[in-house]
Amino acid sequence: MRVAELANPSRFLRAANLAIPWLGGATVLLFAFALYRAMLAPDDYQQGATVKIMFLHVPSAWLGMLCWALMTVAALGTLVWRHPLADVAAKAAAPLGAAFTLLCLVTGSLWGRPEWGTYWVWDARLTSELILFLLYLSVIALWRTVEDASRAARAVAILTIVGAIDLPIIKFSVDWWNTLHQGASVFRLGGSTIHPAILVPLLLMAAAFTLLFMTLLLAATRNEILRRRVRTLRLLQASAAG
Amino acid sequence: MPATAHIDFIVAAYAAGLIVIVALIAWVTLDYRLQRRILAELERQGLSRRSTTLRDASQAVREDV
Amino acid sequence: MSPLAALLLRDMRIAVRVGGGALIGVLFFLAVVSVTPFAVGPDLALLKRIGPAILWLAALLASLLALDRLFASDHEDGSLDLILTGRAPLELVVAAKGIAHWLTTALPLVVAAPLIALLLDLDGSAEAGLVLTLLVGTPALTFIGLIGAAIAVTLRRGGLLLAIIVLPLTVPVLIFGVAAANAAIAGPVPFGTPFTVLCALTLASLVIGPFAAAAALRLDME
Repeated sequence: MRVAELANPSRFLRAANLAIPWLGGATVLLFAFALYRAMLAPDDYQQGATVKIMFLHVPSAWLGMLCWALMTVAALGTLVWRHPLADVAAKAAAPLGAAFTLLCLVTGSLWGRPEWGTYWVWDARLTSELILFLLYLSVIALWRTVEDASRAARAVAILTIVGAIDLPIIKFSVDWWNTLHQGASVFRLGGSTIHPAILVPLLLMAAAFTLLFMTLLLAATRNEILRRRVRTLRLLQASAAG
Repeated sequence: MPATAHIDFIVAAYAAGLIVIVALIAWVTLDYRLQRRILAELERQGLSRRSTTLRDASQAVREDV
Repeated sequence: MSPLAALLLRDMRIAVRVGGGALIGVLFFLAVVSVTPFAVGPDLALLKRIGPAILWLAALLASLLALDRLFASDHEDGSLDLILTGRAPLELVVAAKGIAHWLTTALPLVVAAPLIALLLDLDGSAEAGLVLTLLVGTPALTFIGLIGAAIAVTLRRGGLLLAIIVLPLTVPVLIFGVAAANAAIAGPVPFGTPFTVLCALTLASLVIGPFAAAAALRLDME
Protein backbone atom coordinates (compact mmCIF):
# COMPACT_ATOMS: atom_id res chain seq x y z
CA MET A 1 0.00 0.00 0.00
CA ARG A 2 2.86 2.32 -0.67
CA VAL A 3 0.93 4.42 -3.16
CA ALA A 4 -1.87 4.90 -0.68
CA GLU A 5 0.63 6.05 1.93
CA LEU A 6 2.18 8.57 -0.42
CA ALA A 7 -1.25 9.80 -1.31
CA ASN A 8 -2.23 10.34 2.28
CA PRO A 9 -2.74 14.09 2.64
CA SER A 10 -1.94 14.12 6.36
CA ARG A 11 1.39 12.48 5.67
CA PHE A 12 2.01 15.01 2.93
CA LEU A 13 1.14 17.88 5.25
CA ARG A 14 3.60 16.66 7.85
CA ALA A 15 6.36 16.32 5.25
CA ALA A 16 5.53 19.73 3.79
CA ASN A 17 5.55 21.42 7.18
CA LEU A 18 8.99 19.99 7.74
CA ALA A 19 10.38 20.78 4.30
CA ILE A 20 9.05 24.28 3.63
CA PRO A 21 11.25 26.21 6.12
CA TRP A 22 14.40 24.42 4.92
CA LEU A 23 13.54 24.84 1.26
CA GLY A 24 12.69 28.49 1.88
CA GLY A 25 16.01 29.08 3.62
CA ALA A 26 17.92 27.35 0.84
CA THR A 27 16.06 29.44 -1.72
CA VAL A 28 17.04 32.69 0.00
CA LEU A 29 20.70 31.65 0.21
CA LEU A 30 20.86 30.50 -3.39
CA PHE A 31 19.14 33.66 -4.58
CA ALA A 32 21.60 35.81 -2.66
CA PHE A 33 24.54 34.01 -4.22
CA ALA A 34 23.03 33.95 -7.71
CA LEU A 35 22.15 37.65 -7.61
CA TYR A 36 25.67 38.46 -6.42
CA ARG A 37 27.17 36.51 -9.32
CA ALA A 38 24.65 38.09 -11.70
CA MET A 39 25.71 41.54 -10.55
CA LEU A 40 29.35 40.73 -11.24
CA ALA A 41 28.58 39.33 -14.68
CA PRO A 42 30.12 41.33 -17.52
CA ASP A 43 28.00 43.28 -19.97
CA ASP A 44 27.29 41.84 -23.35
CA TYR A 45 29.37 43.48 -26.05
CA GLN A 46 26.31 44.13 -28.18
CA GLN A 47 23.56 44.68 -25.68
CA GLY A 48 25.42 46.29 -22.81
CA ALA A 49 23.92 46.04 -19.36
CA THR A 50 20.44 45.04 -20.52
CA VAL A 51 21.68 41.50 -20.81
CA LYS A 52 21.17 41.38 -17.04
CA ILE A 53 17.44 41.17 -17.68
CA MET A 54 18.15 37.75 -19.12
CA PHE A 55 18.89 36.48 -15.61
CA LEU A 56 15.19 36.98 -14.84
CA HIS A 57 13.76 36.37 -18.27
CA VAL A 58 15.23 32.98 -19.08
CA PRO A 59 14.60 31.33 -15.67
CA SER A 60 10.98 32.46 -15.66
CA ALA A 61 10.51 31.13 -19.19
CA TRP A 62 12.03 27.85 -18.05
CA LEU A 63 9.68 27.69 -15.06
CA GLY A 64 6.69 28.48 -17.24
CA MET A 65 7.46 25.35 -19.27
CA LEU A 66 8.53 23.20 -16.30
CA CYS A 67 5.26 24.00 -14.58
CA TRP A 68 3.19 22.81 -17.54
CA ALA A 69 5.27 19.63 -17.66
CA LEU A 70 4.60 19.03 -13.96
CA MET A 71 0.91 19.71 -14.50
CA THR A 72 0.93 17.13 -17.29
CA VAL A 73 2.44 14.54 -14.99
CA ALA A 74 -0.15 15.46 -12.37
CA ALA A 75 -2.87 15.19 -15.03
CA LEU A 76 -1.78 11.63 -15.77
CA GLY A 77 -1.79 11.03 -12.03
CA THR A 78 -5.36 12.27 -11.88
CA LEU A 79 -6.68 10.37 -14.89
CA VAL A 80 -4.74 7.12 -14.70
CA TRP A 81 -4.01 6.51 -11.05
CA ARG A 82 -6.68 8.74 -9.50
CA HIS A 83 -3.98 10.01 -7.18
CA PRO A 84 -5.66 12.47 -4.78
CA LEU A 85 -2.53 14.57 -4.35
CA ALA A 86 -2.23 15.01 -8.12
CA ASP A 87 -5.43 17.09 -8.29
CA VAL A 88 -4.31 19.29 -5.48
CA ALA A 89 -0.80 19.84 -6.80
CA ALA A 90 -2.07 20.59 -10.31
CA LYS A 91 -4.48 23.16 -8.95
CA ALA A 92 -1.76 24.79 -6.87
CA ALA A 93 0.67 24.82 -9.80
CA ALA A 94 -1.49 26.65 -12.35
CA PRO A 95 -1.34 30.16 -10.80
CA LEU A 96 2.40 29.75 -10.21
CA GLY A 97 2.98 28.83 -13.84
CA ALA A 98 0.84 31.76 -14.95
CA ALA A 99 2.76 34.15 -12.69
CA PHE A 100 6.16 33.06 -13.96
CA THR A 101 5.02 33.16 -17.57
CA LEU A 102 3.72 36.67 -16.96
CA LEU A 103 7.08 37.63 -15.45
CA CYS A 104 8.76 36.20 -18.54
CA LEU A 105 6.55 38.34 -20.78
CA VAL A 106 7.06 41.50 -18.72
CA THR A 107 10.84 41.13 -18.52
CA GLY A 108 10.91 40.18 -22.19
CA SER A 109 9.16 43.35 -23.23
CA LEU A 110 11.30 45.46 -20.88
CA TRP A 111 14.31 43.88 -22.54
CA GLY A 112 12.81 44.46 -25.95
CA ARG A 113 12.27 48.18 -25.52
CA PRO A 114 15.97 49.11 -25.51
CA GLU A 115 16.95 46.32 -27.91
CA TRP A 116 14.21 46.54 -30.50
CA GLY A 117 12.84 50.01 -29.76
CA THR A 118 9.42 48.65 -28.87
CA TYR A 119 7.85 46.88 -25.91
CA TRP A 120 6.39 44.14 -27.97
CA VAL A 121 7.70 42.35 -30.98
CA TRP A 122 5.93 39.33 -32.41
CA ASP A 123 9.13 37.46 -31.83
CA ALA A 124 8.73 33.70 -31.95
CA ARG A 125 9.71 33.11 -28.35
CA LEU A 126 7.62 35.92 -26.92
CA THR A 127 4.64 34.83 -28.99
CA SER A 128 4.84 31.21 -27.86
CA GLU A 129 5.15 32.45 -24.32
CA LEU A 130 2.03 34.59 -24.79
CA ILE A 131 0.06 31.56 -25.99
CA LEU A 132 1.37 29.58 -23.02
CA PHE A 133 0.14 32.37 -20.76
CA LEU A 134 -3.30 32.20 -22.40
CA LEU A 135 -3.37 28.45 -21.85
CA TYR A 136 -2.55 28.91 -18.16
CA LEU A 137 -5.36 31.43 -17.89
CA SER A 138 -7.79 29.04 -19.54
CA VAL A 139 -6.78 26.29 -17.11
CA ILE A 140 -7.31 28.65 -14.17
CA ALA A 141 -10.66 29.73 -15.65
CA LEU A 142 -11.69 26.09 -15.90
CA TRP A 143 -10.70 25.45 -12.29
CA ARG A 144 -12.83 28.38 -11.26
CA THR A 145 -15.85 27.43 -13.37
CA VAL A 146 -16.44 23.83 -12.31
CA GLU A 147 -17.72 23.72 -8.76
CA ASP A 148 -17.06 20.10 -7.88
CA ALA A 149 -13.33 19.80 -7.18
CA SER A 150 -12.70 16.28 -8.46
CA ARG A 151 -14.71 16.83 -11.63
CA ALA A 152 -12.82 20.09 -12.21
CA ALA A 153 -9.57 18.19 -11.69
CA ARG A 154 -10.40 15.70 -14.42
CA ALA A 155 -11.60 18.33 -16.88
CA VAL A 156 -8.43 20.32 -16.26
CA ALA A 157 -6.35 17.16 -16.60
CA ILE A 158 -7.70 16.56 -20.10
CA LEU A 159 -7.10 20.17 -21.08
CA THR A 160 -3.58 20.00 -19.65
CA ILE A 161 -2.69 16.90 -21.64
CA VAL A 162 -4.17 18.32 -24.85
CA GLY A 163 -2.19 21.48 -24.16
CA ALA A 164 0.98 19.46 -23.64
CA ILE A 165 0.47 17.84 -27.05
CA ASP A 166 -0.36 21.15 -28.68
CA LEU A 167 2.37 23.27 -27.09
CA PRO A 168 5.27 21.89 -29.17
CA ILE A 169 3.10 22.25 -32.28
CA ILE A 170 2.33 25.84 -31.34
CA LYS A 171 6.01 26.48 -30.73
CA PHE A 172 6.91 25.03 -34.12
CA SER A 173 4.13 26.91 -35.90
CA VAL A 174 5.04 30.20 -34.31
CA ASP A 175 8.71 29.73 -35.20
CA TRP A 176 7.77 29.00 -38.78
CA TRP A 177 5.33 31.90 -38.91
CA ASN A 178 7.89 34.21 -37.41
CA THR A 179 10.70 33.36 -39.81
CA LEU A 180 8.23 33.73 -42.66
CA HIS A 181 7.32 37.23 -41.55
CA GLN A 182 10.56 38.55 -40.22
CA GLY A 183 13.32 37.02 -42.23
CA ALA A 184 16.35 36.66 -40.04
CA SER A 185 16.19 36.09 -36.31
CA VAL A 186 15.69 39.33 -34.42
CA PHE A 187 18.07 38.88 -31.63
CA ARG A 188 20.84 36.65 -30.48
CA LEU A 189 22.53 36.35 -27.17
CA GLY A 190 25.86 37.82 -28.22
CA GLY A 191 26.61 35.17 -30.80
CA SER A 192 25.80 31.51 -30.94
CA THR A 193 27.33 30.52 -27.62
CA ILE A 194 26.97 32.15 -24.25
CA HIS A 195 30.13 33.10 -22.48
CA PRO A 196 30.70 31.21 -19.19
CA ALA A 197 30.85 34.51 -17.30
CA ILE A 198 27.19 34.95 -18.20
CA LEU A 199 26.21 31.29 -18.34
CA VAL A 200 27.22 30.48 -14.76
CA PRO A 201 25.11 33.22 -13.14
CA LEU A 202 22.28 32.32 -15.51
CA LEU A 203 22.34 28.69 -14.37
CA LEU A 204 22.56 29.80 -10.74
CA MET A 205 19.55 32.05 -11.20
CA ALA A 206 17.67 29.23 -12.91
CA ALA A 207 18.45 26.95 -9.97
CA ALA A 208 17.35 29.60 -7.49
CA PHE A 209 14.11 30.18 -9.40
CA THR A 210 13.46 26.44 -9.54
CA LEU A 211 14.00 26.10 -5.81
CA LEU A 212 11.66 29.04 -5.23
CA PHE A 213 9.09 27.42 -7.45
CA MET A 214 9.32 24.11 -5.60
CA THR A 215 8.90 25.86 -2.25
CA LEU A 216 5.93 27.84 -3.48
CA LEU A 217 4.38 24.76 -5.05
CA LEU A 218 4.73 22.81 -1.83
CA ALA A 219 3.22 25.66 0.18
CA ALA A 220 0.38 26.22 -2.30
CA THR A 221 -0.38 22.49 -2.33
CA ARG A 222 -0.51 22.54 1.46
CA ASN A 223 -2.97 25.45 1.30
CA GLU A 224 -5.10 23.57 -1.17
CA ILE A 225 -5.29 20.53 1.10
CA LEU A 226 -6.31 22.73 4.00
CA ARG A 227 -8.90 24.43 1.81
CA ARG A 228 -10.43 21.07 0.98
CA ARG A 229 -10.51 20.12 4.64
CA VAL A 230 -12.31 23.35 5.39
CA ARG A 231 -14.80 22.53 2.68
CA THR A 232 -15.38 19.02 4.00
CA LEU A 233 -15.89 20.32 7.54
CA ARG A 234 -18.29 22.98 6.30
CA LEU A 235 -20.30 20.36 4.46
CA LEU A 236 -20.31 18.27 7.63
CA GLN A 237 -21.47 21.25 9.60
CA ALA A 238 -24.21 21.90 7.11
CA SER A 239 -25.36 18.29 7.10
CA ALA A 240 -25.31 18.22 10.91
CA ALA A 241 -27.37 21.40 11.04
CA GLY A 242 -29.82 20.27 8.40
CA MET B 1 27.95 55.54 -21.08
CA PRO B 2 26.45 52.39 -22.55
CA ALA B 3 26.50 50.48 -19.27
CA THR B 4 23.96 52.76 -17.64
CA ALA B 5 22.08 53.73 -20.79
CA HIS B 6 19.17 51.45 -20.09
CA ILE B 7 19.46 51.22 -16.35
CA ASP B 8 15.79 52.19 -15.97
CA PHE B 9 14.68 49.13 -17.92
CA ILE B 10 16.91 46.84 -15.91
CA VAL B 11 15.59 48.29 -12.67
CA ALA B 12 12.04 47.99 -13.94
CA ALA B 13 12.58 44.35 -14.89
CA TYR B 14 14.04 43.48 -11.51
CA ALA B 15 11.25 45.42 -9.81
CA ALA B 16 8.72 43.39 -11.80
CA GLY B 17 10.47 40.20 -10.71
CA LEU B 18 10.40 41.35 -7.10
CA ILE B 19 6.71 42.26 -7.32
CA VAL B 20 5.72 38.90 -8.82
CA ILE B 21 7.75 36.90 -6.32
CA VAL B 22 6.60 38.94 -3.31
CA ALA B 23 3.00 38.66 -4.52
CA LEU B 24 3.31 34.87 -4.81
CA ILE B 25 4.88 34.57 -1.37
CA ALA B 26 2.25 36.85 0.13
CA TRP B 27 -0.55 34.90 -1.55
CA VAL B 28 0.76 31.58 -0.28
CA THR B 29 1.42 32.84 3.25
CA LEU B 30 -1.80 34.75 3.72
CA ASP B 31 -3.82 31.90 2.26
CA TYR B 32 -2.12 29.50 4.67
CA ARG B 33 -2.97 31.70 7.66
CA LEU B 34 -6.54 32.11 6.49
CA GLN B 35 -7.12 28.37 6.03
CA ARG B 36 -5.49 27.58 9.38
CA ARG B 37 -7.68 30.15 11.11
CA ILE B 38 -10.86 28.79 9.56
CA LEU B 39 -9.85 25.24 10.43
CA ALA B 40 -9.11 26.20 14.03
CA GLU B 41 -12.44 27.92 14.28
CA LEU B 42 -14.30 24.95 12.86
CA GLU B 43 -12.50 22.62 15.25
CA ARG B 44 -13.39 24.87 18.17
CA GLN B 45 -17.02 24.41 17.19
CA GLY B 46 -16.50 20.74 17.87
CA LEU B 47 -16.04 19.53 14.35
CA SER B 48 -13.23 17.13 13.70
CA ARG B 49 -12.32 14.85 10.89
CA ARG B 50 -11.16 12.22 13.35
CA SER B 51 -14.24 11.40 15.40
CA THR B 52 -15.98 8.22 14.35
CA THR B 53 -19.52 9.53 14.19
CA LEU B 54 -18.42 12.41 12.07
CA ARG B 55 -16.41 10.16 9.82
CA ASP B 56 -19.62 8.29 9.06
CA ALA B 57 -21.24 11.62 8.40
CA SER B 58 -18.35 12.67 6.22
CA GLN B 59 -18.74 9.49 4.22
CA ALA B 60 -22.39 10.35 3.79
CA VAL B 61 -21.50 13.84 2.71
CA ARG B 62 -19.03 12.58 0.19
CA GLU B 63 -21.64 10.33 -1.32
CA ASP B 64 -23.99 13.29 -1.52
CA VAL B 65 -21.51 15.39 -3.38
CA MET C 1 -28.02 0.97 -40.59
CA SER C 2 -25.14 1.07 -38.17
CA PRO C 3 -25.59 3.11 -34.99
CA LEU C 4 -22.90 5.54 -36.10
CA ALA C 5 -24.53 6.22 -39.45
CA ALA C 6 -27.86 6.65 -37.69
CA LEU C 7 -26.34 9.16 -35.30
CA LEU C 8 -24.70 11.03 -38.16
CA LEU C 9 -28.00 11.31 -40.03
CA ARG C 10 -29.87 12.27 -36.88
CA ASP C 11 -27.43 15.05 -36.03
CA MET C 12 -27.58 16.39 -39.56
CA ARG C 13 -31.36 16.30 -39.59
CA ILE C 14 -31.50 18.15 -36.28
CA ALA C 15 -29.04 20.73 -37.57
CA VAL C 16 -30.92 21.56 -40.77
CA ARG C 17 -34.46 21.56 -39.39
CA VAL C 18 -36.14 24.70 -38.03
CA GLY C 19 -34.31 25.80 -34.90
CA GLY C 20 -31.25 23.75 -35.76
CA GLY C 21 -29.19 26.75 -36.72
CA ALA C 22 -26.90 25.17 -39.31
CA LEU C 23 -27.10 28.13 -41.67
CA ILE C 24 -26.70 30.72 -38.94
CA GLY C 25 -22.97 30.02 -39.09
CA VAL C 26 -22.87 31.13 -42.72
CA LEU C 27 -24.79 34.29 -41.89
CA PHE C 28 -22.36 35.00 -39.08
CA PHE C 29 -19.47 34.41 -41.46
CA LEU C 30 -20.97 36.84 -43.97
CA ALA C 31 -21.68 39.40 -41.24
CA VAL C 32 -18.14 39.33 -39.85
CA VAL C 33 -16.57 39.65 -43.29
CA SER C 34 -18.89 42.50 -44.25
CA VAL C 35 -18.22 44.41 -41.06
CA THR C 36 -14.42 44.19 -41.28
CA PRO C 37 -14.01 46.78 -44.10
CA PHE C 38 -15.78 49.30 -41.88
CA ALA C 39 -13.01 48.81 -39.35
CA VAL C 40 -10.01 48.71 -41.70
CA GLY C 41 -11.31 50.98 -44.48
CA PRO C 42 -12.54 50.32 -48.02
CA ASP C 43 -9.06 50.15 -49.58
CA LEU C 44 -9.34 47.14 -51.87
CA ALA C 45 -5.59 46.58 -52.08
CA LEU C 46 -5.39 46.30 -48.30
CA LEU C 47 -8.50 44.13 -48.12
CA LYS C 48 -7.08 41.84 -50.75
CA ARG C 49 -3.87 41.53 -48.76
CA ILE C 50 -5.57 40.68 -45.48
CA GLY C 51 -8.53 38.91 -47.10
CA PRO C 52 -7.43 35.35 -46.29
CA ALA C 53 -6.82 36.38 -42.69
CA ILE C 54 -10.28 37.92 -42.42
CA LEU C 55 -11.97 34.87 -43.89
CA TRP C 56 -10.02 32.50 -41.67
CA LEU C 57 -10.77 34.51 -38.55
CA ALA C 58 -14.44 34.64 -39.48
CA ALA C 59 -14.47 30.88 -40.05
CA LEU C 60 -12.76 30.30 -36.70
CA LEU C 61 -15.28 32.47 -34.86
CA ALA C 62 -18.22 30.94 -36.70
CA SER C 63 -17.16 27.41 -35.82
CA LEU C 64 -16.63 28.42 -32.18
CA LEU C 65 -20.08 29.96 -32.08
CA ALA C 66 -21.72 26.78 -33.29
CA LEU C 67 -19.70 24.39 -31.12
CA ASP C 68 -21.37 25.58 -27.97
CA ARG C 69 -24.48 23.48 -28.66
CA LEU C 70 -22.71 20.39 -29.96
CA PHE C 71 -23.08 18.32 -26.81
CA ALA C 72 -25.05 20.72 -24.63
CA SER C 73 -28.40 20.14 -26.37
CA ASP C 74 -27.93 16.36 -26.21
CA HIS C 75 -27.09 16.72 -22.56
CA GLU C 76 -30.24 18.73 -21.89
CA ASP C 77 -32.68 16.37 -23.56
CA GLY C 78 -31.01 13.30 -22.10
CA SER C 79 -29.92 11.72 -25.35
CA LEU C 80 -26.28 12.08 -24.33
CA ASP C 81 -26.89 9.63 -21.49
CA LEU C 82 -28.39 7.19 -23.96
CA ILE C 83 -25.40 7.58 -26.25
CA LEU C 84 -23.01 7.01 -23.36
CA THR C 85 -24.73 3.82 -22.30
CA GLY C 86 -24.90 2.57 -25.89
CA ARG C 87 -22.67 -0.15 -27.24
CA ALA C 88 -20.91 1.96 -29.88
CA PRO C 89 -17.42 3.11 -28.80
CA LEU C 90 -17.72 6.64 -27.48
CA GLU C 91 -14.67 7.85 -29.44
CA LEU C 92 -16.35 6.86 -32.71
CA VAL C 93 -19.64 8.35 -31.60
CA VAL C 94 -17.92 11.62 -30.84
CA ALA C 95 -16.15 11.49 -34.19
CA ALA C 96 -19.49 10.89 -35.94
CA LYS C 97 -20.99 13.87 -34.17
CA GLY C 98 -17.98 15.92 -35.14
CA ILE C 99 -18.34 14.94 -38.79
CA ALA C 100 -22.06 15.74 -38.74
CA HIS C 101 -21.26 19.09 -37.19
CA TRP C 102 -18.61 19.83 -39.78
CA LEU C 103 -20.93 18.85 -42.65
CA THR C 104 -23.71 21.10 -41.41
CA THR C 105 -21.81 24.15 -40.15
CA ALA C 106 -18.32 24.27 -41.64
CA LEU C 107 -18.99 22.88 -45.11
CA PRO C 108 -21.56 25.62 -45.86
CA LEU C 109 -18.87 28.15 -44.92
CA VAL C 110 -16.48 26.58 -47.38
CA VAL C 111 -19.15 26.64 -50.07
CA ALA C 112 -20.02 30.25 -49.34
CA ALA C 113 -16.40 31.37 -49.09
CA PRO C 114 -15.82 31.94 -52.85
CA LEU C 115 -18.79 34.30 -53.02
CA ILE C 116 -17.83 36.14 -49.88
CA ALA C 117 -14.19 36.33 -50.97
CA LEU C 118 -15.31 38.40 -53.96
CA LEU C 119 -16.15 41.17 -51.48
CA LEU C 120 -12.47 41.28 -50.57
CA ASP C 121 -11.26 41.41 -54.16
CA LEU C 122 -10.01 37.84 -54.14
CA ASP C 123 -10.57 35.88 -57.31
CA GLY C 124 -9.22 33.16 -59.56
CA SER C 125 -6.40 31.08 -58.19
CA ALA C 126 -6.32 33.08 -54.95
CA GLU C 127 -9.90 32.07 -54.32
CA ALA C 128 -9.27 28.46 -55.19
CA GLY C 129 -6.32 28.31 -52.81
CA LEU C 130 -8.30 29.95 -50.04
CA VAL C 131 -11.25 27.60 -50.43
CA LEU C 132 -8.94 24.61 -50.46
CA THR C 133 -7.28 25.68 -47.20
CA LEU C 134 -10.67 26.24 -45.60
CA LEU C 135 -11.87 22.85 -46.80
CA VAL C 136 -8.84 21.11 -45.34
CA GLY C 137 -8.42 23.29 -42.25
CA THR C 138 -11.94 23.62 -40.86
CA PRO C 139 -12.15 19.94 -39.79
CA ALA C 140 -9.20 20.67 -37.50
CA LEU C 141 -11.10 23.58 -35.98
CA THR C 142 -14.18 21.40 -35.47
CA PHE C 143 -12.26 18.52 -33.93
CA ILE C 144 -10.17 20.70 -31.63
CA GLY C 145 -13.39 22.42 -30.68
CA LEU C 146 -14.95 19.05 -29.85
CA ILE C 147 -12.61 18.83 -26.86
CA GLY C 148 -13.68 22.21 -25.55
CA ALA C 149 -17.35 21.42 -26.19
CA ALA C 150 -17.06 18.16 -24.26
CA ILE C 151 -15.27 19.82 -21.35
CA ALA C 152 -17.77 22.66 -21.18
CA VAL C 153 -20.90 20.57 -21.72
CA THR C 154 -22.31 20.78 -18.20
CA LEU C 155 -21.12 24.27 -17.42
CA ARG C 156 -23.39 27.25 -17.16
CA ARG C 157 -20.97 29.64 -18.79
CA GLY C 158 -19.90 26.98 -21.24
CA GLY C 159 -19.91 29.14 -24.37
CA LEU C 160 -17.44 31.72 -23.13
CA LEU C 161 -15.20 29.17 -21.49
CA LEU C 162 -15.25 27.12 -24.68
CA ALA C 163 -13.83 30.04 -26.64
CA ILE C 164 -11.14 30.67 -24.03
CA ILE C 165 -10.10 27.02 -24.04
CA VAL C 166 -10.21 26.43 -27.78
CA LEU C 167 -8.71 29.63 -29.20
CA PRO C 168 -5.11 29.17 -27.99
CA LEU C 169 -5.16 25.56 -29.18
CA THR C 170 -6.15 26.59 -32.70
CA VAL C 171 -3.16 28.88 -33.21
CA PRO C 172 -1.23 26.40 -35.40
CA VAL C 173 -4.25 25.79 -37.65
CA LEU C 174 -4.76 29.52 -38.07
CA ILE C 175 -1.08 30.12 -38.82
CA PHE C 176 -0.80 27.44 -41.47
CA GLY C 177 -4.27 28.00 -42.91
CA VAL C 178 -3.66 31.67 -43.51
CA ALA C 179 -0.07 31.04 -44.61
CA ALA C 180 -1.18 28.52 -47.23
CA ALA C 181 -3.91 30.84 -48.47
CA ASN C 182 -1.44 33.72 -48.70
CA ALA C 183 1.07 31.49 -50.44
CA ALA C 184 -1.56 30.74 -53.07
CA ILE C 185 -1.97 34.47 -53.66
CA ALA C 186 1.45 36.03 -53.44
CA GLY C 187 4.11 33.69 -52.10
CA PRO C 188 6.90 33.89 -50.95
CA VAL C 189 6.76 30.24 -49.92
CA PRO C 190 5.33 27.61 -52.23
CA PHE C 191 1.72 26.67 -51.53
CA GLY C 192 2.60 23.06 -50.79
CA THR C 193 4.71 23.64 -47.68
CA PRO C 194 2.16 25.24 -45.36
CA PHE C 195 -0.66 23.30 -46.98
CA THR C 196 0.95 19.95 -46.18
CA VAL C 197 1.45 21.00 -42.58
CA LEU C 198 -2.18 22.10 -42.46
CA CYS C 199 -3.21 18.63 -43.66
CA ALA C 200 -1.02 17.08 -40.97
CA LEU C 201 -2.61 19.27 -38.29
CA THR C 202 -6.06 18.24 -39.44
CA LEU C 203 -5.17 14.55 -39.40
CA ALA C 204 -3.66 14.85 -35.92
CA SER C 205 -6.71 16.66 -34.58
CA LEU C 206 -9.00 14.04 -36.15
CA VAL C 207 -7.28 11.52 -33.89
CA ILE C 208 -6.68 13.53 -30.73
CA GLY C 209 -10.04 15.34 -30.72
CA PRO C 210 -12.37 12.34 -30.40
CA PHE C 211 -10.22 10.64 -27.77
CA ALA C 212 -9.94 13.71 -25.56
CA ALA C 213 -13.57 14.66 -26.06
CA ALA C 214 -14.75 11.13 -25.23
CA ALA C 215 -12.63 11.13 -22.06
CA ALA C 216 -14.11 14.48 -21.07
CA LEU C 217 -17.67 13.30 -21.71
CA ARG C 218 -17.18 10.16 -19.64
CA LEU C 219 -16.04 12.11 -16.63
CA ASP C 220 -18.75 14.72 -17.10
CA MET C 221 -21.38 12.03 -16.84
CA GLU C 222 -19.89 10.10 -13.93
